[in-house]
Amino acid sequence: MTIAQPHPKPAYDFSALLSEIHRLGRETIEPASHDVDAAARFPVEAINALRDLQLLSAYVPAQYGGLGLNIVQLGRICEALAHYCASTAMIFAMHQIQVACIVHHAGDSHYFARYLRELVDRQWLIASATTELGVGGDLRSSICAIEVDRDRFHLVKKAPVISYGEQADQILVTSRRAPDASSSDQVHVLVSKSTYQLEALSSWDTLGFRGTCSLGFTLTADGGTEQVLPVPFDEILSRTMHPVSHIVWSSLWLGIAAEAVQRARAFVRAEARKNPQLPPASSLRLAEVDIVLQNMRNNVHAVTAEYFAMLNDGDADAFRGFGFATRINNLKVSSSQLVVEIVSQAMLICGIAGYRNDSRFTLARHLRDAYGAALMVNNDRILGHNATMLLALKEV
Amino acid sequence: MHVESVREIVAQHGRLGVPITELHDDGDLYSAGLTSLATVGLMLALEEAFDIEFPDAMLSRKTFSSIASLAAAVETLTGQQSAQQASAR
Repeated sequence: MTIAQPHPKPAYDFSALLSEIHRLGRETIEPASHDVDAAARFPVEAINALRDLQLLSAYVPAQYGGLGLNIVQLGRICEALAHYCASTAMIFAMHQIQVACIVHHAGDSHYFARYLRELVDRQWLIASATTELGVGGDLRSSICAIEVDRDRFHLVKKAPVISYGEQADQILVTSRRAPDASSSDQVHVLVSKSTYQLEALSSWDTLGFRGTCSLGFTLTADGGTEQVLPVPFDEILSRTMHPVSHIVWSSLWLGIAAEAVQRARAFVRAEARKNPQLPPASSLRLAEVDIVLQNMRNNVHAVTAEYFAMLNDGDADAFRGFGFATRINNLKVSSSQLVVEIVSQAMLICGIAGYRNDSRFTLARHLRDAYGAALMVNNDRILGHNATMLLALKEV
Repeated sequence: MHVESVREIVAQHGRLGVPITELHDDGDLYSAGLTSLATVGLMLALEEAFDIEFPDAMLSRKTFSSIASLAAAVETLTGQQSAQQASAR
């Protein structure tokens, strides 16, 4: 099996694109972020602004009309967006994970080739339904199954979480291959809004990431069998969903942490101006937290570069190695812990100005968002997997 | 020659979704419910039973794909490792 190659020749100027994203961040995304957070509503103006820049097809190869960005660049965009609104960055990141699953695993499917062109034209937003009520958060286990009748299927899934499910145009769903398949014999199916119904099972009123609107739903869908990705889900998970998820999430947590340190720097600078002869005590804390931020950034960038190199090598077996899977998990656990540590330190530096909701140094939402990182795919579950894999790992 | 003992170990540690009696020696263990994480328990049990050690290169999907491929891997490793012990003496 070959992997779709990440597209080596960029036809655009990426640094110009990144500047444009920062401009959008200041002018559109950040101003809306306060209401998005307060009302726990979908960041519609931010996502529409990303659509205007064709960013929902950022990872779609140029041959289908997409921007053909690579994983390193996707990570940089997630990081940039998180400076302005972490919920927007998370929605963007989760959408790109689904796009990457399709781009890497569609093979020579005519259906998915046509779908990718439509995604570019229509700037569709794709949600994900992986976890299921009754399996305890284990992605590699499904209860629901597609019921195939000739070339059509029917599927019902009780999903405890489908982020932005109501706002998405398509949902990529895991299920068992057939009603008599074992719980780990899974497929990945793309279902479209016109042929599914969502019935809400739960609300979304949380501490942070409030704009992701991650309600639970019963999803009832019909479709054609060509909507099933042509490889088993466990292959999609190990090659794409697992590494891409932890890379784009860690990138956006890095953006939250970097924004907090930026505010702390501005605060310390303002203090220093009041008394230029004597540096404020908080400047030492700033010097310390800057080290932690650098470590976090270097780890995110190094693991992203490793994955990018593996995609270019095209060695399918490399993705299944316990060594690689463990490093990806380490990135997730480490970044999700460091984002809390860094934002907390930045708040100590800014003091009451950081604690307030109404100051320009506020870090209240950043801290609330940061606490979500350890919970989305719980760190304890990930550490448990690593503990098992490390038993088998013998590489030096 | 190790097929029967390997079969017993797979039954005990493979966490499969189907009874072992329904599986042929060359039946696909992954479609019978074997997961990547479950291969670790299987590997540890095989290492203990046969006093062998799987090198990283053999921890592949191919090695764990069937009872027959596992028995072949055990065969190779017991052969290699006893030859190494002999030459060490």
